[in-house]
Amino acid sequence: MIERKIRVLVAKPGLDGHDRGAKVVARALRDAGMEVIYTGLRQTPEMIAESALQEDVDVVGLSILSGAHMTLLPVIAQKLKEAEMDHALLVVGGIIPDEDIAPLQEAGVHAVFAPGTSTQDIVSFIKKNVSLN
Amino acid sequence: MTSSLSQQILNRKRRAIARLITYVENNHPKAQQALSELYPHTGQAHLVGVTGAPGTGKSSLVNEIAKAYRRQDISVAILAIDPTSPFSGGAILGDRIRMRELTGDPGVFIRSMASRGNLGGLARAAHDAIKVLDAAGFEVILIETVGAGQSEVEIARTAHTVLVVEAPGLGDDIQAIKAGILEIADIFVVNKADRPGADKTAATLKTMLELGRNKTQQIMHHGALMTINNPLPPSQDDNNPGWQIPVIQTIALKGDGVEGLMAAISNHRQRLIDSGELSKRNRARLADELEALLQAELMRRLTVHVPAETLSDIIAKLVARSLSPYNAMQIILEDYCS
Repeated sequence: MIERKIRVLVAKPGLDGHDRGAKVVARALRDAGMEVIYTGLRQTPEMIAESALQEDVDVVGLSILSGAHMTLLPVIAQKLKEAEMDHALLVVGGIIPDEDIAPLQEAGVHAVFAPGTSTQDIVSFIKKNVSLN
Repeated sequence: MTSSLSQQILNRKRRAIARLITYVENNHPKAQQALSELYPHTGQAHLVGVTGAPGTGKSSLVNEIAKAYRRQDISVAILAIDPTSPFSGGAILGDRIRMRELTGDPGVFIRSMASRGNLGGLARAAHDAIKVLDAAGFEVILIETVGAGQSEVEIARTAHTVLVVEAPGLGDDIQAIKAGILEIADIFVVNKADRPGADKTAATLKTMLELGRNKTQQIMHHGALMTINNPLPPSQDDNNPGWQIPVIQTIALKGDGVEGLMAAISNHRQRLIDSGELSKRNRARLADELEALLQAELMRRLTVHVPAETLSDIIAKLVARSLSPYNAMQIILEDYCS
């Protein structure tokens, strides 16, 4: 009998130190029955890709409030690809202007959750889009 | 024939290691075959268990121990277990937060694991995950249990060397002579030794160990000299002759005391080899594992055969007190397991 659980890496890349949002989301995913690997603050793209690989996650969830998303996210998407982890959903939340969403999706980000998104929407998006193999 | 998955693990391909551990956790059909292929390559790693109450600093200590092994150029895998929520089935696995310095070192592999309802302090899949890491050639495997209370002693049957981590201020001296987790320590660590009360905690543990060490003791009691007999606690001399359980103070966040701890782990391993205890422990562990596998498989075969309605009828009779649980068990076994 296969007992599949969705595994999610939650990380904060870059230098901003506000992790309350990431913690709220982590808690909501836990309550939705997912296994959340919480790595904390100031993660480099290399650390995120390597942790995602070792933990064999289905989803990488990032929180960025610093405005560095256009710099960090394409690099993270690239590092995940190099680690053969590009099958994982890459989702991001934080302060991200609407006009940045399309280029981010172009760069490999699967979803951008703006401030005010309900945690239920995040849970539903993940459950619907995760590829369980 | 060796499948490509197990071959990749023998070549220490990180993606394959991570994948097989997922298969193991999920009871995926591919897991059993790969594990059987890898089995001849296991049994090499030194398994170090780290247990203790939540918040004593287990993850920080594991981080420091791993760093110390890396300075000696010894490869390290870490299996860090956190509890699964009994309500949602989800989990927050937060041990990596304390191990950020280790990420990116190819000689280190860290895997977080949820306990998924297992109560002994480990996850059901932990034993097989250890085999995967062992076959991949990691020389030391550090196993961090869930924050353990008093009876999460499964690690003692799994690891070769068990560190029980305490912190100052967590209990009086009666806590220290209770049965359970304190009996399984090969090494005691009093972490956060810069906090008030560390010396007292260490002294209490030492006294507890000495109480067990001498079979007879003379003490002054209400002014009269009395002789008392103390039975040996099972974790001591009779299990590993010649090993005196050390009590080591550390400050994991500063790395203080870690050198002494590393020496103690290394001495303990040597002692296990010299006394023949290492092979005894390995044998006991494998016997346990076989028994657990048989239990699970027999249970599975039995439950597939008993129709749900039959079971439901029998349970109704138990509720009505018209059948005893013992009689019910006999009926089921006679009808479906002969």
